[in-house]
Amino acid sequence: MDRRDFLAAAGRAGALLLAGSGALARPAGAADDPILAGRPLVRYPEKTDLILLTARPPQLETPMTYFDRAITPNEAFFVRYHIFPVPTSVDLATWRLKVHGRVDHPLELSMDDLKTRFTPARVVAVNQCSGNSRGRFAPRVLGGQWGDGAMGNAEWVGARLRDVLALAGVRQGAVQATFDGLDKPAFPTVPDFVKSLDLARITEDPDVIVAYQMNGQPLPMLNGFPARLIVPGWYATYWVKNLSEIEVVDSVFEKFWMKPAYRIPDTPCGCIAPGTAPARTVPINRMTVRSFIATPAAGTRLQVGRPAPVKGIAFDGGAGITEVQLSADRGATWYRAQLGADLGRYSFREWEAIWTPQRAGNQRLMVRAFNAIGESQGAGPLWNPAGYLRNVIEQVDVQVD
Amino acid sequence: MKTPLAGLLVVLLVATASAQEKRITLPPDHPYGHLTPAPGSDVTQTQCQFCHSTDYIVMQPRGDAKQWEGVVTKMIKVFGAPVTDADAKTITDYLARAYGPAR
Repeated sequence: MDRRDFLAAAGRAGALLLAGSGALARPAGAADDPILAGRPLVRYPEKTDLILLTARPPQLETPMTYFDRAITPNEAFFVRYHIFPVPTSVDLATWRLKVHGRVDHPLELSMDDLKTRFTPARVVAVNQCSGNSRGRFAPRVLGGQWGDGAMGNAEWVGARLRDVLALAGVRQGAVQATFDGLDKPAFPTVPDFVKSLDLARITEDPDVIVAYQMNGQPLPMLNGFPARLIVPGWYATYWVKNLSEIEVVDSVFEKFWMKPAYRIPDTPCGCIAPGTAPARTVPINRMTVRSFIATPAAGTRLQVGRPAPVKGIAFDGGAGITEVQLSADRGATWYRAQLGADLGRYSFREWEAIWTPQRAGNQRLMVRAFNAIGESQGAGPLWNPAGYLRNVIEQVDVQVD
Repeated sequence: MKTPLAGLLVVLLVATASAQEKRITLPPDHPYGHLTPAPGSDVTQTQCQFCHSTDYIVMQPRGDAKQWEGVVTKMIKVFGAPVTDADAKTITDYLARAYGPAR
């Protein structure tokens, strides 16, 4: 029987054949999400209620309800630090961004310098933790057991990193730049959080910036005040917060947080057989395609025959999202959702549809996105030992009465 | 009373900082991260929370002695945690019991 149960919100109708799918055991609401269950909501300075992952160093997760829109509010933006203590006060009168190493003119830039000596650049870009959704890996892996909220999308304004390096004058033979923030380990034996990028990654991409503005405001302290690195399309591990020092170096930097941490298997998918160890690894880099359903929330009760809005976001590593599809029959048939405004290829892309449930019982909505180079999400999850790059088709279970 | 006051304090601290300065106060470790009481939990709580809150432990997948020995060894060898061999064994034994494989 033909059923017209999905409707693009703007009026584009689409027919969907509902395959007879079996009823689910039970809807998985947020309360009985196996990863988030029991985790308290906490309120940190400049932040709203977020899901606690760890208190010290602070790691806070954004509830899924915030992902029904393209821009994540600053107060709801997730927090992830690696070492403690983290900075709790910054005085712009004394803060300086030091640029040194293999350069002709070492710099100590004030905030005023950053804002006035370089043409401001603007980019809307997704910041996603490498280990977002790690808690959902099977077999399970050690590390921060994030649900799906270690991600956010904001409009960032700052100085182009390549302009900053040009002012400093990178010397011949330099290979990488390293980035250090104000978070410092309590013991000298704990590796300081320092990351590196190839100079080519910086000079070829005008959207790599030192951001001092997030959604029109100064950055919250816990999201990197007064300035953080923005590396659009790449995982958040490179987006060094509370940035204080850039060093240009003439060899590949391989301290702890670049090696052995934050590495993926050197295979085309970045994945290996579950439970095995990779033969070779490379630093994690570009993000995979993902999409999420924020509305309806898991466990929502809907009614047969009553149209219900379905909303969420999709993103990738910078090719740009071109299509988002929904299924209500376990992936047998897919319907194209209506895409929202295009805020740029690095941004969350809003999407929406209207779903009219045709039968009662437990039902599952599934979502997958495609990008401009044909990448999408798989029916089965890929695996790697650090719990990175998750991009399986996402789903939400609801109860229809 | 504690929560509204703490919230007010945070707002005041952020608001009264000069235009040039931002200052925040972080909340203490959350009771969610407290370890299950059992022989060895005191040593484990004391030694581990020296560097991080113990929700780092509570959130991990349950695992056998091999998993927890690997974790404790990593903290000592990679992060330089100043833990004696005796305490390392106490911690590993405790974690393998209190956070061992799900039965």
